[in-house]
Amino acid sequence: MDCYTANWNPLGDSAFYRKYELYSMDWDLKEELRDCLVAAAPYGGPIALLRNPWRKEKPASVRPVLDIYSASGMPLASLPWKSGPVVSLGWSAEEELLCVQEDGVVLVYGLHGDFRRHFSMGNEVLQNRVLDARIFHTEFGSGVAILTGAHRFTLSANVGDLKLRRMPEVPGLQSAPSCWTTLCQDRVAHVLLAVGPDLYLLDHAACSTVTPPGLAPGVSSFLQMAVSFTYRHLALFTDTGYIWMGTASLKEKLCEFNCNIRAPPKQMVWCSRPRSKEKAVVVAWEKRLMVVGDAPESIQFVLDEDSYLVPELDGVRIFSRSTHEFLHEVPVASEEIFKIASMAPGALLLEAQKEYEKESQKADEYLREIQELGQLTQAVQQCIEAAGHEHRPDMQKSLLRAASFGKCFLDRFPPDGFVRMCQDLRVLNAIRDYHIGIPLTYSQYKQLTIQVLLDRLVLRRLYPLAIQICEYLRLPEVQGVSRILAHWACYKVQQKDVSDEDVARAINQKLGDTPGVSYSDIAARAYGCGRTELAIKLLEYEPRSGEQVPLLLKMKRSKLALSKAIESGDTDLVFTVLLHLKNELNRGDFFMTLRNQPMALSLYRQRIEGRVAALQTAADAFYKAKNEFAAKATEDQMRLLRLQRRLEDELGGQFLDLSLHDTVTTLILGGHNKRAEQLARDFRIPDKRLWWLKLTALAALEDWEELEKFSKSKKSPIGYLPFVEICMKQHNKYEAKKYASRVGPEQKVKALLLVGDVAQAADVAIERRNEAELSLVLSHCTGATDGVTADKIQRARAQAQKK
Amino acid sequence: MAFHHRPDAPELPDFSMLKRLARDQLIYLLEQLPGKKDLFIEADLMSPLDRIASVSILKRGRERHREKHQSAASCTPCTGDMPASKQHEVDKLYKVENKPVLSSSEQLCFLVRPRIKNMRYIANLVNADKLAGRTRKYKVIFSPQKFYACEMVLEEEGIYGDVSCDEWAFSLLPLDVDLLSMELPEFFRDYFLEGDQRWINTVAQALHLLSTLYGPFPNCYGIGRCAKMSHELWRNLEEEEDGETKGRKPEIGHIFLLDRDVDFVTALCSQVVYEGLVDDTFRIKCGSVDFGPEVTSSDRSLKVLLNADDKVFHEIRNEHFSNVFGFLSQKARNLQAQYDRRRGMDIKQMKNFVSQELKGLKQEHRLLSLHIGACESIMKKKTKQNFQELIKTEHALLEGFSIRDSTSYIEEHIDRQVSPIESLRLMCLLSITENGLIPKDYRSLKTQYLQSYGSEHLLTFSNLRRAGLLTEQAPGDTLTAVESKVSKLVTDKAAGKITDAFSSLAKRSNFRAISKKLNLIPRVDGEYDLKVPRDMAYVFSGAYVPLSCRVIEQVLERRSWQGLEEVLRLLNCSELAFTGGTKDDKAPSESLRLILVVFLGGCTFSEISALRFLGREKGFRFIFLTTAITNSARLMEAMSEVKA
Repeated sequence: MDCYTANWNPLGDSAFYRKYELYSMDWDLKEELRDCLVAAAPYGGPIALLRNPWRKEKPASVRPVLDIYSASGMPLASLPWKSGPVVSLGWSAEEELLCVQEDGVVLVYGLHGDFRRHFSMGNEVLQNRVLDARIFHTEFGSGVAILTGAHRFTLSANVGDLKLRRMPEVPGLQSAPSCWTTLCQDRVAHVLLAVGPDLYLLDHAACSTVTPPGLAPGVSSFLQMAVSFTYRHLALFTDTGYIWMGTASLKEKLCEFNCNIRAPPKQMVWCSRPRSKEKAVVVAWEKRLMVVGDAPESIQFVLDEDSYLVPELDGVRIFSRSTHEFLHEVPVASEEIFKIASMAPGALLLEAQKEYEKESQKADEYLREIQELGQLTQAVQQCIEAAGHEHRPDMQKSLLRAASFGKCFLDRFPPDGFVRMCQDLRVLNAIRDYHIGIPLTYSQYKQLTIQVLLDRLVLRRLYPLAIQICEYLRLPEVQGVSRILAHWACYKVQQKDVSDEDVARAINQKLGDTPGVSYSDIAARAYGCGRTELAIKLLEYEPRSGEQVPLLLKMKRSKLALSKAIESGDTDLVFTVLLHLKNELNRGDFFMTLRNQPMALSLYRQRIEGRVAALQTAADAFYKAKNEFAAKATEDQMRLLRLQRRLEDELGGQFLDLSLHDTVTTLILGGHNKRAEQLARDFRIPDKRLWWLKLTALAALEDWEELEKFSKSKKSPIGYLPFVEICMKQHNKYEAKKYASRVGPEQKVKALLLVGDVAQAADVAIERRNEAELSLVLSHCTGATDGVTADKIQRARAQAQKK
Repeated sequence: MAFHHRPDAPELPDFSMLKRLARDQLIYLLEQLPGKKDLFIEADLMSPLDRIASVSILKRGRERHREKHQSAASCTPCTGDMPASKQHEVDKLYKVENKPVLSSSEQLCFLVRPRIKNMRYIANLVNADKLAGRTRKYKVIFSPQKFYACEMVLEEEGIYGDVSCDEWAFSLLPLDVDLLSMELPEFFRDYFLEGDQRWINTVAQALHLLSTLYGPFPNCYGIGRCAKMSHELWRNLEEEEDGETKGRKPEIGHIFLLDRDVDFVTALCSQVVYEGLVDDTFRIKCGSVDFGPEVTSSDRSLKVLLNADDKVFHEIRNEHFSNVFGFLSQKARNLQAQYDRRRGMDIKQMKNFVSQELKGLKQEHRLLSLHIGACESIMKKKTKQNFQELIKTEHALLEGFSIRDSTSYIEEHIDRQVSPIESLRLMCLLSITENGLIPKDYRSLKTQYLQSYGSEHLLTFSNLRRAGLLTEQAPGDTLTAVESKVSKLVTDKAAGKITDAFSSLAKRSNFRAISKKLNLIPRVDGEYDLKVPRDMAYVFSGAYVPLSCRVIEQVLERRSWQGLEEVLRLLNCSELAFTGGTKDDKAPSESLRLILVVFLGGCTFSEISALRFLGREKGFRFIFLTTAITNSARLMEAMSEVKA
């Protein structure tokens, strides 16, 4: 165990700092880090390198390349940079890469190098160019602060909801500040800048001069300043090699240190953890790394390679061409347990467990010792906590084993802490894996929460791992598995090389009917990618029509939408589609569509009630105007409308908007004679009209049998000549002749002529001695065939004249 | 057989001048907007525009040659010497309709009737452009005149400043040598139903234009409220600008203004002269008709211009339909004979024949076959509708016998759903000839009609009632009976007063009395020989002399309204008949036989034929000016609230 604390470096009396390797990087960097613009996201996030940035001495002919790596150096994306010169890179809280260009345009890229959007930092920035830029994180999100060529600051506290703020001018500022940073106090972002020996604080109203309390004299310029991860502390590095550390409000000084190095440091970052006893700052020069705190001595490391510091919540990550290390203050629990000659209960418990494994009786001694002090519970908790802070799984295991061992001697020790730690460590080990490359510490993980972690995995398209984690942690499906599956599906539909059929099937197989998955969201995404067919296929799986229909309408599949809406049985939805259709289609097509959808039709019809109400108003008005006739007619119309709707419902077919006459005709044509008669009675259709109507309708149907029955039902009020006429119109001479015989004597001649029986017509005419009829018959006589008849008539005429 | 005017009949003035005037004015207006532009034309203005200026004229430069154009069809724009500055390049032509406009031109020109609907259309277009951040030039040309209401709409829509407005005072379109039309079919509904008097000014302007072009009218007569108002307005216009017409020799001796509502009966009757029948059957639109495939006996329809230039048509247009067939077959025989002349010709004669006559013969042949086709088609349609029965009923109504039978015929007509417009027409005819329907019939017919064609027609009936076309006798209305009894008891003068009092109770048509007074129903012994017409009644198969034409005849005979007081009283127009004019003694006698008849609210081809006949008999020439050509169907459709 003695080797374990070998990498512990004491700082002052109370704190140890240790540095251990996270990954050995095998990224294939062609150039030195110092030649690149570097941005690494906190919380073990990805690293972006923009090689070949715009250096004046370098030829601009080579196109710069933007590379994105995971924290373990796995390449995620690489793309040639085609836009303008970039001043600064930075990662937003959503792990989007913000590239600030010289002209103030900020380009936003995704983790995989996909371009998301861009925005501008305003005209003023455009005119004066960007001198320097910082991306900073606040509780509202990620902000961008820009120092322009005119030495003015413009900042936006949240790039998601872009509101540009131009900071006030610093009086008498002639040259660029030697260093500057953004502070976040009381939820407002400020800018702190150093010009010569003076410090200025800019908030959005004013510019004020500030002096750090207890600053050593003789400072002529500040070379570097650093704000802690939580914006609570501030460190200033002066040209005298003096470091001042205090609160960010500049009201209190914590400590100071003189390192006697006057060269400006390359980077300076805070290295502290929440509730830490010690505040320390890590300062990096080309070859030297120094940890400085409230102690006369500092810890010094030699840097073999060009390195880059990434401040984290509880430490500093340091990566270079070959390694990726983590430097942090040793957590209390670990310190207690592993400190040389520690008598802390945790240390004893760990020792006891080791002895126990060696089957030594010393185990009992140690245990007894702890129990005598009554510190066993504390010991177990210490071991559990220390396990969390260990990076190496074997150490985690041995600590957990010790905890588990100690637990056996305790009554009623709540197990959840232990279980949760086991789970958390498993998750952490999984994501720290080289292939995944998210080196989160336990505290960072707790701060980040599992939900965010899952999002980040999804963002890295590590769907299987994310799902496994969800299942392992038994997260509710809606938050966990199905959410990830939905994300996966959204990604899947963007794969253009797979056929619609396959994608839809694959998605359905995976998703099944997992609760919380919205197929319509996936379909919307597919539609967004221009894959309408796929979207429709996917919508087939969507159980909620309410989600299905609007999207179908958006995709202009109105007819499909209509049938879906009808299937859903949701009237409101059907109406939505109907109104949409009505606007979209012309009237004819609209009704044709409705015809195939009886349910929609009947719904559409319900709107009749509105018409009836309007008619009622009209009728009332007519009554007031004493126009009884019109009022009555209006009431009839109301009755008719209602009746027509009922008919449509019961019999199908179209009745609405027909006149009364046409309604009855349609009924007869449809074979609903009973109803037709009922209607005729209800509306007091006169006999004559009814007879005409029935006659025409039945003839049109060619229902001669029924027609004959009807003709015999009673004496025809219109005579029988119309029967003959109509039959002849339908070219049924046989039927016509039947009725011709029943025509009254006045019209007999006409009827006979109609059926073409000229001879008999002549006979009747002669019998009736009617001059007009005689000539009528004569005009029908055609030369050859009716010669005899013609003669007969002539003779009859002559006779009549004689008399 | 055809109409041949007496040798001493006066020459008609040359109306093609009106066309040239309108065309030049339009071109001038288009040139006000230099450069390429898209022209939007309202559908109603398309045919009239087509008659005066062909598309190629609009698209190309102004014609430099002042050729005499008989019709728009013969307009051939010359592409030769046109100065670039005088171009009025119309790039594309669009119809004004409710569709999105896809014009890409920077200048838009609208040629529209002054209607609110059109203003909204333009406003939408301009506002859409504004939204899209597009700036174009807009020009609205109102024809025949601009109305304040239209400008107000433009103002309301906030685009008044964006468009420039102009007027194209194109109100007189010569459809034929003796026929001018204002092409304002909406005049009838606007004035006689809605009581909207906005077109009266247009009429006055048109009359003013005529008098400046063709000299003052020495004699002026008129009947009807609208006629009177138009006349007064016109007089005012003349007075404002007097001096111009002074000293000009009048070319047209008489002008007669007549309101359509003086005589609805004639307009409601089925027409039986050829031109009227063609109008009733195929609808003559702006002097031309579309003959469908059933007429042309090919698979295409053909647009045919019907006017005096069509030699065949010119000879049969005024004939009773029963004569037309005979005439056409005679003509066909003649034609054949002329073709046959070829035989036995020597080479020289043949050459002559081919170069001079053959083309004419071919043309005549084509027209002949067309009109024969039209006749056959008319015959077929009319037989199907039992036209004979219909005519018989009409005549019965006009003569006033067996009203009961007619009523039941109409009832049957409605019951059988023959045709909504026809039924309506018969009901109106019944109402007017009978001083309104008796309440029982009124109700039952109306109920029947509503049952047949839907309750929307309640509004139609209300319209007809307002216009006085279809009325109900006031209950207990035996006024006529009482009136006649009273008038027997007192002196003539008192009787007139009493009748006035009665008639003021309800505006009624006293058709029967007028008919007797003016002898509208000619007494005939035996068959009326339609081949040799004796009077104007031939246009209705000898059964009825058109009331409007008879009134005109009577007034022209007397040169005043004297002696027609009784008729005026019966027409409810005692106050509305007037005479006027410039009583110019220097008027050449030639001009006194030229008469301009102005029909306000439309005239029918039957009336035109009747007056042409009258003119031929008396040695007059009639010139017709109408707001639009009408017929019974158009009249009824204007009243109908159910738009197809």
